Amino acid sequence: MFEWLGITPQGLYGQLLVGLINGSFYATLSLGLAVIFGLLNIVNFTHGAQYMMGAFVAWMGLRYFGVNYWWSLILAPLAVGVVGIVLELTLLRRLYRMDHLYGLLLTFGLALIIEGGFRQAFGISGEQYDIPEALTGATNLGFIFLPNYRAWVVAASLVVCFFAWFVIERTKLGAYLRAGTENPQLLQAFGVNVPVLVTLTYGFGAALAGFAGVLAAPIFQVNPVMGSNLLIVVFAVVVIGGLGSILGSILTGVGLGLIEGLTKVFYPEGSSVVIFVIMAVILLIRPAGLFGKEK
Amino acid sequence: MKLGKTAVGFVILVAAGIVAPFVIYPVFLMKALCFALFACAFNLLLGYTGLLSFGHAAFFGSAAYITGYVITKLGFPVELGILTGTVFAFGLGAVFGSLAIRRQGIYFAMITLALAQMVFFLCLQIKATGGEDGLQGIPRGFLLGFIDLSDTLNMYYFVLGIFLFGFFLIYRIVHSPFGQVLKAIRENEPRAVSLGYDADSHKLLAFILSAGLSGLAGATKSVVFQLASLTDVHWGMSGEVVLMALVGGVGTIFGPVVGALVIVTMENYLSGFGSWVTIIMGVVFVACVLVFRKGIVGELNALIKR
Repeated sequence: MFEWLGITPQGLYGQLLVGLINGSFYATLSLGLAVIFGLLNIVNFTHGAQYMMGAFVAWMGLRYFGVNYWWSLILAPLAVGVVGIVLELTLLRRLYRMDHLYGLLLTFGLALIIEGGFRQAFGISGEQYDIPEALTGATNLGFIFLPNYRAWVVAASLVVCFFAWFVIERTKLGAYLRAGTENPQLLQAFGVNVPVLVTLTYGFGAALAGFAGVLAAPIFQVNPVMGSNLLIVVFAVVVIGGLGSILGSILTGVGLGLIEGLTKVFYPEGSSVVIFVIMAVILLIRPAGLFGKEK
Repeated sequence: MKLGKTAVGFVILVAAGIVAPFVIYPVFLMKALCFALFACAFNLLLGYTGLLSFGHAAFFGSAAYITGYVITKLGFPVELGILTGTVFAFGLGAVFGSLAIRRQGIYFAMITLALAQMVFFLCLQIKATGGEDGLQGIPRGFLLGFIDLSDTLNMYYFVLGIFLFGFFLIYRIVHSPFGQVLKAIRENEPRAVSLGYDADSHKLLAFILSAGLSGLAGATKSVVFQLASLTDVHWGMSGEVVLMALVGGVGTIFGPVVGALVIVTMENYLSGFGSWVTIIMGVVFVACVLVFRKGIVGELNALIKR
């Protein structure tokens, strides 16, 4: 199709696959940010550190306790979620009545502490996490060899995203969540325990980041700074999509991942900045973001 | 009374600046002065306009690179080099500012962070910046053609001059009618708009001034250390300047200077302890946000008023 540009179909599909994988991570992480922001009004700067913690808990589990990948997929997000709940109960809670910027600064400080702690303990060189046996190898789809693990990452994160969407948009619990986003005082007056809801929401958002971390562990190197670089891109994704819509964050995340993959094919030098450039353009033509509502 | 206090503060600051190099290691002082100017410029935006930028490293770092490049590769004299870097930061501030003020609050912080990360990647990839190595060995040269800046004391007083110029300029901006409007916007934007002030153009101008003066700090830093590196444009630098303003006291004139001194001193003493610097900075961040929101100078002011 693009042979005249010196681009092989294999290269194109390969990069699109990488884009799809990155896009799934953008989607999962921006979804977590959106859920937390909706109820807590806090931009969770610790999100990247929580993603990194998920990967590290999985790695430590395998290394020191022989916990296999599938158990890690459940236990690591739980662990990260519990840490998140503790942080919410002890620290974040004190800031709800203040300017949102303080929440941002607090979570930034927490991210520095967590990242610095892991760097002190494990160095920055990174650790290897092997792909679980059941998912090694690749499937021949005719036009591309699809590595099984990568297919699993895309499928798993999309399933989790749509599960989260379903819970928030289609269940009673989700209705409480949405009501809490609109008017917490009124919800409390109806007899719903809003503080507990807030705590659990933060825990859930953190666990989502931890889950993405476990998925990422066999693909990327497990290292203490893996989260912060990713988080800044996710922030740009969030600005483009707007934090208001769950489905919007998922679509924007996957879409931008694909665009980034395409850029790697056609103009490799631009691939690291393309999302930021798109953000600037979106700000010019639609300042509230693609799915955002102008306040 | 209030004016008198600030005037006393000024005199102490200038006197301390002149005497300091005979008591304390001058290179350390120059670093502190550059960061103090950077923090003051940042505070112009956060403290007096209420806009939290998480991307000020872009202005600081890009000015450092531009200054280093024009002095090293194009043979510009040092004062013209610093001017070029500063002008570039003003321009970059105009572009980023006009994008970022389209959104408010937390979005503003995220946009500035993302735009700064773009600058980081550009500095990493473009050949002229030297990639991972950065620009090294930037010559200090001669100020006005005859003052030898490789002499540490000459360099120190040059940096002190730049700092005092920037500091005084920020003081004048804050206490001008323009500065009063900025504070009104910070306190209640809809009300300022209803009084007929164009909030967006005021915010943009404040952003540009803050960016340009941050650039002046970065340009000066690159001459002092003869180095412009990726650390200068990294998001960690943006976080550091937020911390300096926070520790010293957001929205106070002398706060950022004190904050910069505290943080630079801390880094100096902890430089041998690896990642502990990051951890301690994180702890200071958390402590400031939870129990110490006014910062050192803010708390002192509150004490004096009581």
